[in-house]
Amino acid sequence: MDDTLGNGTTMEKGVLPDAPETSVRMSCRNINVFYGEKQAIYDVSLQIADRSVTALIGPSGCGKSTFLRCLNRMNDTIEGCRVEGEIMMEGKDINSPVIDPVLLRSRVGMVFQKPNPFPKSIYENIAYGPRIHGLAQGREDMDEIVEKSLRRAGLWEEVKDRLNLAGTSLSGGQQQRLCIARAIAVRPEVILMDEPCSALDPIATARIEELIDDLRKRYCIIIVTHSMQQAARVSQRTAFFHLGALVEVGDTDQIFTSPRDRRTEDYITGRFG
Amino acid sequence: MSDHIVSAFTEELERLSADILRMGGIVEEMIVDSCRAVLHNDLELAADVIERDPQVDRMEAEVERQIVSLIARRQPMAHDLRSVFAALKVSGELERIGDLSKNIGKRALNLDAAVFPAMRSGVARMAGPVSRQLHQVLNAYASGNAAEAKAVWETDDEIDQHYNALFREMLTYMIEDPRSISDGAHMLFMAKNLERIGDHCTNIAEFVFFQITGENLVQQDRPKL
Repeated sequence: MDDTLGNGTTMEKGVLPDAPETSVRMSCRNINVFYGEKQAIYDVSLQIADRSVTALIGPSGCGKSTFLRCLNRMNDTIEGCRVEGEIMMEGKDINSPVIDPVLLRSRVGMVFQKPNPFPKSIYENIAYGPRIHGLAQGREDMDEIVEKSLRRAGLWEEVKDRLNLAGTSLSGGQQQRLCIARAIAVRPEVILMDEPCSALDPIATARIEELIDDLRKRYCIIIVTHSMQQAARVSQRTAFFHLGALVEVGDTDQIFTSPRDRRTEDYITGRFG
Repeated sequence: MSDHIVSAFTEELERLSADILRMGGIVEEMIVDSCRAVLHNDLELAADVIERDPQVDRMEAEVERQIVSLIARRQPMAHDLRSVFAALKVSGELERIGDLSKNIGKRALNLDAAVFPAMRSGVARMAGPVSRQLHQVLNAYASGNAAEAKAVWETDDEIDQHYNALFREMLTYMIEDPRSISDGAHMLFMAKNLERIGDHCTNIAEFVFFQITGENLVQQDRPKL
């Protein structure tokens, strides 16, 4: 199972080196982000550990989603958005011109707030990415990728008999797991999640959280969440953002029992005005 | 610290600490009064101390009820979480102190009226420093003073020394006059109870220190006299 989802691809055009096994998966240094004249992120440096969940928390507008979007260059798509600083992954700056953003985004997948399956069958939702990246040799190979991805996303048993049904026919929680399966299908190393449970009921949320806990054995996961309890439940590291700055980062246990910064304390105890 | 956006949360935490302090006040008086009953052979006062214990038990149960409800509804974090944890632990320690004081009261009822006055005053002498420990640690709790909590934690050895001295003193009386052995045995248990109360104060100091600072005193070295 591991060999097919191993590090066979690279985000760099035309080169296929082995991905080094490191405990730090992404290393961000002095990140500044501007929307036109307005600065949204101020000098953020953050190391992101592999095979663990890092939660980004903070009040609305604190820059956590903007920062998350830097990690797979989603901000490229926003008119007037400028990102400064260095984001190293496997020894390369992901903002360097040699990096193909489309390949980068297959290595650094993303799951959004609202489940957004393609208006196609469940099968095609998963198969689309591997097909355009040339990851499957034939129909049998593709079937295997689809099944493996759905299994890993904890959705296989629920949909295996109706793979030709539209992805949009599933419940909200199932759709979100479908989107996670879709992200997994292109063999990413990092999965970004931007409030993946905010549109889901508590049961569907619990299933996603269970899934996140399972996925972290294999992937580096970074999750933006408004629920402090969720950050406390699913993450091993927590970073608190405020007014575009990274205020505090540490082990989740420490952040939620003994935060060092007063602003973190005020935020997580519900004291922010 | 500033208030919560949800003001009822602040009120609930304030009520919790007020209840702990009220419980602490009652227990502190129980220590002093039980030993005063021993000193003056005041049987009425001893009986009164015994009667106060169920109230302390009820207060502990009420604090526990508040805490379970608060955790379920508010999911406290950071300092709030430490406050709730400390309140739960401190209330348990106070309940134990109440039991130990009640036990001193019970033993006071069983002492021979003609027991050596010096034996009575030996126990009473120990009550002062022990009740002061509790008073000081409750002050630290009320004012959020970590240094004061640590000071209580550091001085527990003095109580132990008191106990050891009293132990030898009682043995001397019992050797001198075997008729005093029955009372002496009661006195030794009373002294042991007071020593245990000192330990509970030390535990309270640890929880108060953790509540305030988020750090564990237990991992630090305590000075030994």
